[in-house]
Amino acid sequence: MEDVKPQLFKVTVDGIEVEVEPGTTILQAARKIGPEVAPPAMCYYQPLKGSGGKCRACLVRVAAGSAKDPRPMPKLVASCITPVQDGMVVENTTNPQVLDARKGVVEFLLINHPLDCPVCDQAGECDLQNFAFDHGAANTRYEEERRTFDKHDLGPYVQLHMTRCILCYRCVFTADQITNKRVHGVLNRGDAAEIGTYIEKAIDNDFSGNVIDVCPVGALTDKTYRFKNRVWFTKPVDAHRDCPTCSGKVTLWYRGEEVIRVTARRNEWNEVTEFICNTCRFETKNTSDWVIEGPTKIARGSVISANKYRADLQKPAFGQRLAAAQYKTVDDTRDTSQLGIQQLPPERFNKSLPSATE
Amino acid sequence: MTTETKPTIQFTPDRLEKAKEIIARYPEGRQKSALLPLLHLLQEQEGWTPAEGMDYVAGLLQIEPIEVYEVATFYTMFHINPVGKHVIEYCRTGPCCLMGGEEVYAHLRQRLGIEAGQTTVDGQFTIKEVECLAACGMGPVFQVREKYYTNLTNERVDEIIDELSK
Amino acid sequence: MAIKVLTEHINVPGIETFDVYRKQGGYTAVEKALKTMTPDEVVEEVKKSGVRGRGGAGFPMGMKWSFLAKPEGVPRYLVCNADESEPGTFKDHYLMKTIPHLLIEGMIVSSFALGANKSFIYVRGELMYVIHILEKAIAEAKAAGFLGKNILGSGYDLELVVQPGGGAYICGEETALLESLEGKRGNPRNKPPFPAVKGLYQCPTVVNNVESIATTSWIVNHGGDAYAAIGIGRSTGTKLISASGHINKPGVYEIELGLPVEDFIYADEWCGGIRPGHKLKAVVAGGSSVPILPANLILKLGNGDKRLMSYESLSEGGFQTGTMLGSGGFIVFDETACIVRNTWNFSRFYHHESCGQCSPCREGTGWMEKVLHRIEYGHGNQHDIDLLVDVARRIEGNTICPLGDAAAWPVASAIRHFRDEFEWHITNPHEATQPGAVFKGDMALV
Ligand SMILES: Cc1cc2nc3c(=O)[nH]c(=O)nc-3n(C[C@H](O)[C@H](O)[C@H](O)COP(=O)(O)O)c2cc1C
Ligand code: SF4
Ligand code: FES
Repeated sequence: MEDVKPQLFKVTVDGIEVEVEPGTTILQAARKIGPEVAPPAMCYYQPLKGSGGKCRACLVRVAAGSAKDPRPMPKLVASCITPVQDGMVVENTTNPQVLDARKGVVEFLLINHPLDCPVCDQAGECDLQNFAFDHGAANTRYEEERRTFDKHDLGPYVQLHMTRCILCYRCVFTADQITNKRVHGVLNRGDAAEIGTYIEKAIDNDFSGNVIDVCPVGALTDKTYRFKNRVWFTKPVDAHRDCPTCSGKVTLWYRGEEVIRVTARRNEWNEVTEFICNTCRFETKNTSDWVIEGPTKIARGSVISANKYRADLQKPAFGQRLAAAQYKTVDDTRDTSQLGIQQLPPERFNKSLPSATE
Repeated sequence: MTTETKPTIQFTPDRLEKAKEIIARYPEGRQKSALLPLLHLLQEQEGWTPAEGMDYVAGLLQIEPIEVYEVATFYTMFHINPVGKHVIEYCRTGPCCLMGGEEVYAHLRQRLGIEAGQTTVDGQFTIKEVECLAACGMGPVFQVREKYYTNLTNERVDEIIDELSK
Repeated sequence: MAIKVLTEHINVPGIETFDVYRKQGGYTAVEKALKTMTPDEVVEEVKKSGVRGRGGAGFPMGMKWSFLAKPEGVPRYLVCNADESEPGTFKDHYLMKTIPHLLIEGMIVSSFALGANKSFIYVRGELMYVIHILEKAIAEAKAAGFLGKNILGSGYDLELVVQPGGGAYICGEETALLESLEGKRGNPRNKPPFPAVKGLYQCPTVVNNVESIATTSWIVNHGGDAYAAIGIGRSTGTKLISASGHINKPGVYEIELGLPVEDFIYADEWCGGIRPGHKLKAVVAGGSSVPILPANLILKLGNGDKRLMSYESLSEGGFQTGTMLGSGGFIVFDETACIVRNTWNFSRFYHHESCGQCSPCREGTGWMEKVLHRIEYGHGNQHDIDLLVDVARRIEGNTICPLGDAAAWPVASAIRHFRDEFEWHITNPHEATQPGAVFKGDMALV
């Protein structure tokens, strides 16, 4: 029968109308229209239950609440967690108040960020880099000291750089989702809050590597890939294998003939579609282990998508910093102690690491 | 490989009774609500909240240790490092400062020879700066365990320190 | 004699015990409600009284109660907010320690009205001694048959649980309080859903302040209309004001709403005037989060009328020339007080107390504190003042919970009304950092 179909809600975002199912958030409705009107999201991660609402990057103005009650909402709302109403009118890129608030969020997220993109493995596929590039101001007004943290060791696979963390809580939600024995979490509070295990413990679980993929910045990175390369020199290829633990569907990142990194596959919003296991991610780096499917469709946020950071589109100061990032050699021999990054001993890259499942 | 080890810190029998009574206050399946009261109980017994004690509390409530660490580090009352016998929690907020709180605080630090976060060498006193203790009309104020010391002056501070040192 | 709703018997010796409290007419509201009224009738009286939430926001209590969802088979909860941590506010502390049964009685009446069978009193952990007082009072009330199963033969059951906090101002925010009560970090929740629909343990919940709940006994005894006859306009009833700072008689006063601010500060019945030899410089009227006002603006409205202690009168003039009643934390500054130092102090408070979930508050509060600290210690730049205004503006309204606003307002208002003083600190760093130095420029002292 025709009428069992759920009634669709009409929503207008920046003047473009779209029909979505009840319960859809403003952000998802906007994504349905397309990247031009989709608000940025630093903490929200569609596959993770409970995520969103924290970073305030996705604030939008609701100019009309619904057809029934067309009053505007008094404050900007977090689009990632606000459900649409029928007849809602949303202003995202068309509202100066929204753009100003977003500029503020970029600034807040960057004041304590080390800006160490030159030595950060995430550079080139960093949500914060993209967010700052798209929405930030060119220069900083912050003259105070930046925050630092004591080091935490999360085990043989995952490297934590707390100074880069934006406290999105995504990795915590991931751990909650993949295990009922979460060992890491958010400690302390306010701007002293940090990701950690409190008493040094390795995050060891078959799926722990996924926290690397969900991290929007370079706070959690792959120890088996650290400083090996810059993402823009690599070539991603979709592949799969018969894995007893996970779907085995991955993206292989090639440098020449060598697989130097394995990640889960991402959709166009840079979100992992299926979690993969640690064996696939960290221990299976021979082409012969995989069935190659073909070149990966490049995520929108990736630096290797066409001319992501074209020089003529760059705003000066941030562009300069970024350029500095790109001209770094692959083997980074700079003294990174200033940045609180420790060089890994070579044996950490050895393939005979104890398996996380033991 | 995991080995079951007996926790090195446990509640004394009467505190364990108390803990059970507290856990029973909450609806079925909501025993995690007992976390803050049990952390207070732990701190009362140990003087601070050591990791082994937090693991023990996690066991009592059948939650993961990280859930306890997350909570204990969020709230300022829990000492996550060892402290002296008497922890002086000194209010540093505006209304107390108007009443001369900063001068009295300077005297206190001088008298004990330590700064905030430090413990005297004899292990007697630790100073901790805290925010408003909801006693602004009686400022300056500090708290030692459950007791509020109000309307402080340099002389009062000396008396109290002498008293506590006994 | 002004009417006292809460503190009439507060000086009776032994009032903290059940027997004395009972002799003074205590627990008659429980008898009246449980024996002669339906829960809805109690809600109706509270609605009629017009009493507004005393925790800070001033939301009409009866209206809040009527929003409570009532799905079949799902428990409902009443949670009393006794987290009282807003600088300048100490009324709940005073009320609970001196006359604990007043709160217990209010809890019984209110729980009955809302259909809650287990209710919580969340007390800030620092007040452990008050928790013991409350627990003793609960045990006495239970022994007398006012708590437990089948209270007074009415068939109504109620259990009261006193829950200690752990030291976090943010747990005064109602959803953070509920998280904390569930044994978690005090991170405020995103709203909606509101607690009235999904609160404690995802069940419908009402959160009210100590003073709000304590008021309900009087309302049940005397009727909502009698309560509404007290006060002025939409500010009905009485309010506990915590008075601190440079006054002769700091303390907690129960005033009838509508009292002129001037009388409150200078009359002997209340603050008793500014301490001898000094003059009034400024007032923070409703706890540290509300905008600070200079002497002339706190005493008089734009049209020259006296400003009154009421929700409406205090906020008259908006944020340009007005402030808010808030939680009633009345902090008085004389001419020896340095506004810059105080603003830095408050800023440090909000920085320290931010839960850290959302970026504008987590990062912005720390930023403001650091800039203010620099100015106070003689390292300010001219552009710092505008920077502060801008940072405050970008926090305000963009956060999950109102702590962001609470952090922004004191800074924005201090600069709005005392900009000269900030500039003096920046242009005369040497002078300004001398011990005891305060700005002596042009300003109205009263
Ligand atoms: C940061 C923050 C702190 C708060 N602290 C308290 C508090 O200590 N006590 C309180 O009763 N309400 C406090 N509130 C207000 C509560 O969120 C809530 O509005 C109140 O408890 C409702 O009770 P009422 O309607 O009876 O006032 C606070 C709100 C915020 C945003
Ligand atoms: S405004 Fe501040 S206190 Fe409130 S949720 Fe955000 S970070 Fe936490
Ligand atoms: S993405 Fe919505 S608040 Fe972070």
